[in-house]
Amino acid sequence: MELVVAAAIGILTASGVWLILRPRTYQLVIGLALLSYAVNLFIFSMGRLRVNAPPVLEGGGTVDVTAYTDPLPQALVLTAIVIGFATTALFLVVLIVSRGLTGSDHVDGREG
Amino acid sequence: MEASDFLPLLVAIPFLGSILALLPSPRARNIEAWLGGSVTLCALLIVVFLYPAVENGDVVKRTIEWVPALGLSVTLRMDGFAWLFSVLITGIGFLVVIYARYYMSPDDPVSRFYALLLAFMGAMLGLVVSGHLIMLAVFWELTSVFSFLLIGYWHHNQAARDGARIALTITGTGGLCLLLGMILLGQMAGSYDLDAVLAAGDIIRSHALYVPTLLLILAGALTKSAQFPFHFWLPNAMAAPTPVSAYLHSATMVKAGVFLLTRFWPVLSGTPEWFTIVGIAGLTTLLLGAYFAIFQQDLKGLLAYSTISHLGLITALLSFGSPLSLVAAIFHMMNHATFKASLFMAAGIIDHETGTRDMRRLSGLFTAMPYTATLAIIASAAMAGVPLLNGFLSKEMFFAQALEEHQRSFLDSSAPYVATLAGAFAVAYSVRFIHNVFFGPKAANLPKQPHEPPALMRRPIELLVIACVIVGVIPGLSVGPFLHTAVVSVLGEQTPTYSLSVWHGFNIPLLMSTIAMVAGFALYWALRNYLRTCEEGPPYFRRLQGQRIFERVLVTVSWRWARAVEGVLATRKLQPQMRLLVLTALLAGVWAMWGTRDVLPALTVHGLDPVLGALWAIGAFCAVSAAYQAKYHRLAALILMSGTGLATCLSFVWLSAPDLAVTQLLVEIVTTVLILLGLRWLPKREEARAAVDQTTRLRRHRDFFLAAGSGLGAAVLAYFTMLTPRPPSVGDFYLEHAYSQGGGTNVVNVILVDFRGFDTMGEIVVLAVVGLTVFALLRRFRPAEDTAETPYQQREQDQFDDLRRDREVGETLKDYLLVPSVIMRWMFPVVVLLAAYLFIRGHDLPGGGFAAGVAMAIGFLLQYLAGGARWVEERLRILPVRWIGSGLLVAVLTGLGSFLFGYPFLTSYFQYTELPFIGKMPTASAMLFDLGVFSLVVGATVLMLIAIAHQSLRVRARPRQADGGQG
Repeated sequence: MELVVAAAIGILTASGVWLILRPRTYQLVIGLALLSYAVNLFIFSMGRLRVNAPPVLEGGGTVDVTAYTDPLPQALVLTAIVIGFATTALFLVVLIVSRGLTGSDHVDGREG
Repeated sequence: MEASDFLPLLVAIPFLGSILALLPSPRARNIEAWLGGSVTLCALLIVVFLYPAVENGDVVKRTIEWVPALGLSVTLRMDGFAWLFSVLITGIGFLVVIYARYYMSPDDPVSRFYALLLAFMGAMLGLVVSGHLIMLAVFWELTSVFSFLLIGYWHHNQAARDGARIALTITGTGGLCLLLGMILLGQMAGSYDLDAVLAAGDIIRSHALYVPTLLLILAGALTKSAQFPFHFWLPNAMAAPTPVSAYLHSATMVKAGVFLLTRFWPVLSGTPEWFTIVGIAGLTTLLLGAYFAIFQQDLKGLLAYSTISHLGLITALLSFGSPLSLVAAIFHMMNHATFKASLFMAAGIIDHETGTRDMRRLSGLFTAMPYTATLAIIASAAMAGVPLLNGFLSKEMFFAQALEEHQRSFLDSSAPYVATLAGAFAVAYSVRFIHNVFFGPKAANLPKQPHEPPALMRRPIELLVIACVIVGVIPGLSVGPFLHTAVVSVLGEQTPTYSLSVWHGFNIPLLMSTIAMVAGFALYWALRNYLRTCEEGPPYFRRLQGQRIFERVLVTVSWRWARAVEGVLATRKLQPQMRLLVLTALLAGVWAMWGTRDVLPALTVHGLDPVLGALWAIGAFCAVSAAYQAKYHRLAALILMSGTGLATCLSFVWLSAPDLAVTQLLVEIVTTVLILLGLRWLPKREEARAAVDQTTRLRRHRDFFLAAGSGLGAAVLAYFTMLTPRPPSVGDFYLEHAYSQGGGTNVVNVILVDFRGFDTMGEIVVLAVVGLTVFALLRRFRPAEDTAETPYQQREQDQFDDLRRDREVGETLKDYLLVPSVIMRWMFPVVVLLAAYLFIRGHDLPGGGFAAGVAMAIGFLLQYLAGGARWVEERLRILPVRWIGSGLLVAVLTGLGSFLFGYPFLTSYFQYTELPFIGKMPTASAMLFDLGVFSLVVGATVLMLIAIAHQSLRVRARPRQADGGQG
């Protein structure tokens, strides 16, 4: 389980990094999206992987903390997902506007 | 009122006066002088009143706690030494205020002048009565700032601006060093309280950080007191109005450096490092200052170098480290302030009455202004150290101390010779000052006809000169007790016995004085004709100007080096920057992981889940293909990217994170739609089959390795972290208390809206800001020309509709989308219900404001897809900015609500209530906060999507304006 998730993080990171080093703005947008998947998974995995232990309590009373996975990384990732959407939108708009202003979709605003 | 109550008042009065001084009209000289005079007199009276309280080595202290946890407080502390300085500051300040009334021209904006002068006085008083190290450093910097403003008072004058800039750069930098030094000192002593530090001398001197601290504090003190090699700011500061020079640059501010050295003398002095550094600085400054002073042609320049030299004398005295030399140092600080302030004022009168300060043009003024001349002669005699004047006494003490052996070194053995030589120079420039200006042939071609100044302009000088004479004749009776009070407050039990009498019999110091006197006269006589005509500045040193070196250093550091670094590191291209960034991150990661190989657990394939493996085989394939296709096949890349997103989402389901899965799924939908909307504005790119050149291939290889390296690093890091057992986490606390304190069973949601509600608040603000930014950016958007046209398919369809008489434009599109659009329209209530459901259950089960908000946004989005923007907006008024605004408002008001009950911001309250039809439902104030989150997420998401969707409409409305608009 850990190996699969770690490999996934690695491959997503590699694809993302490859793309953010490319010259076209669209590649950058996709790259950042992939990179944010990787980072979200990474942060999430810092709470260690558990199956069938969602941090949703069953009724009141005393709580056995070992029965649930760590909720903190999940809370962090949850907002990261929404903010990630916002930054993707922002990048996309910057891309469109920069394309409109410079006539080029190169990251530097001009070819070469 | 107790004595300590007056201390805050003493510091506050000048600042209040400074504010008041700005009120009258800028040219109201008389009102300003009355105001300034009363303020300074008030302060002076307070100081005088405080004398009995400090007389017997007692200390008046007032502490006002500020941040006790950090050891910060406003501590005012006056002892004998601070008292002496306070007298100088307020007394000479009073005289300068009167003098300035007559010196300043009716055209000068005097309100600014007086305001700055009084503020400076407040800063200086604050500095000397500071009982807290950090406060001392703050007042220290304040004096630098006000000095800067006062030097640059005539800011239309280039020399004034330059002088102000140089002074601020040097003293300001020194002040920063001092602040560091003070922090170190406080750390070593364990307290920033001055008394505690003064008591911790032995600990500090033997501490490992003693030398760095000493260097930092000396950097502050020596720059302020214009010691070599930082002396050159002082002559440049002479561009200031003369009252400023008399006050700041002779009597008070430049004394702050030696004040500081004296203040910390019991703590820092007595070590070889102290003796060497302070001694070399002092003796060099003493000699060079005096030598340079001889060759100045500007009256104030001569006095400035003389000031530098006298400050060097005081510094040298402090370096000796014996109690007797400390007595001499304090005594000379007072004496120098008295005679130098009066000389500056005299120079100002000469400048004022003749229109020039150039000694090549001034001559024979005695007949025109005999009274002023007499005063100046007495003050110069004090400066030269003529017997029966105050300068003589402290100079004799200096000579005596120079003869003593302090630390066996070359410095020690050369001190008496340096002292005598500097004494001779001092006599030479003093004689020159008098002889050159007041005697000789009567000057012709002066800009103004010289005559005596108004009596009140002379009065301050008279008072100071009388003080010089009284102290010089009956030192023991006049200043004796006050000096003793000051000395005792610094030295305590170490106070030596000393005699202030004028006549000590025939001894070596007297011989040195005599030699200096004769040699000085001879030197002047030999040089007098040369000096009448020579260029400004001493021979051989003329070209070696500190100022020029300083400017060159500044240019080198702030311009040339900065440019060089920019040339190496900075590029306007994004790709090299990104590469550098990734490489740095990679190297940092490798560096951190280096050497941890032994402690890592072994790699095992144990427990590999085939389904998860298969899921990620697909996910990884999608990611790599997306990376491969993103250049030429954007739509394919987008679909592949979403595939990866789905794999991520399913992993969250698998790995016990239902909340993340829900949110990820919903966000995936809006992201995809968003990028789909954006695709239309990108240029067509045909896949090139041409061979890539060598450099491109090399670059791709390099990037490939960077990417592979980063991926490998991330994977290794993640893998080994996941295999190590989880240390106790704050998450356990949340699990334990989510229900009992937050009233919810969905711990992730409780963390978001309750425990870490403030963080969430920040996050939704970011979301709102991004939404508005997207909106704002697109308002001014002009698409590139090649994408301004409607797409090929749309044109085709519209053309078809146009040709047929029974069809309207757009009908074909409608027909195509008939079935999906009916479904989408009917879905709207369902989606709204889903959003409400997600929201309500959020506190206890997966869901919550974020997920519900995105779901709701999707509901709106579907309507846009089904009917087009026009159709939707004709029927449904969505005001996303209002959604954002009310969301923020609800969140903030919920947070503020807890203030009403006396709890901190965002404290939540909850209970279970029975609702009809729905049943038992948790109602927590946190849910209200979540409602704010929901509303804001809906608003921001819809705003972004609609803003992009609207572009097509706007372009169609203005078909051919693409090239004329915003550049």
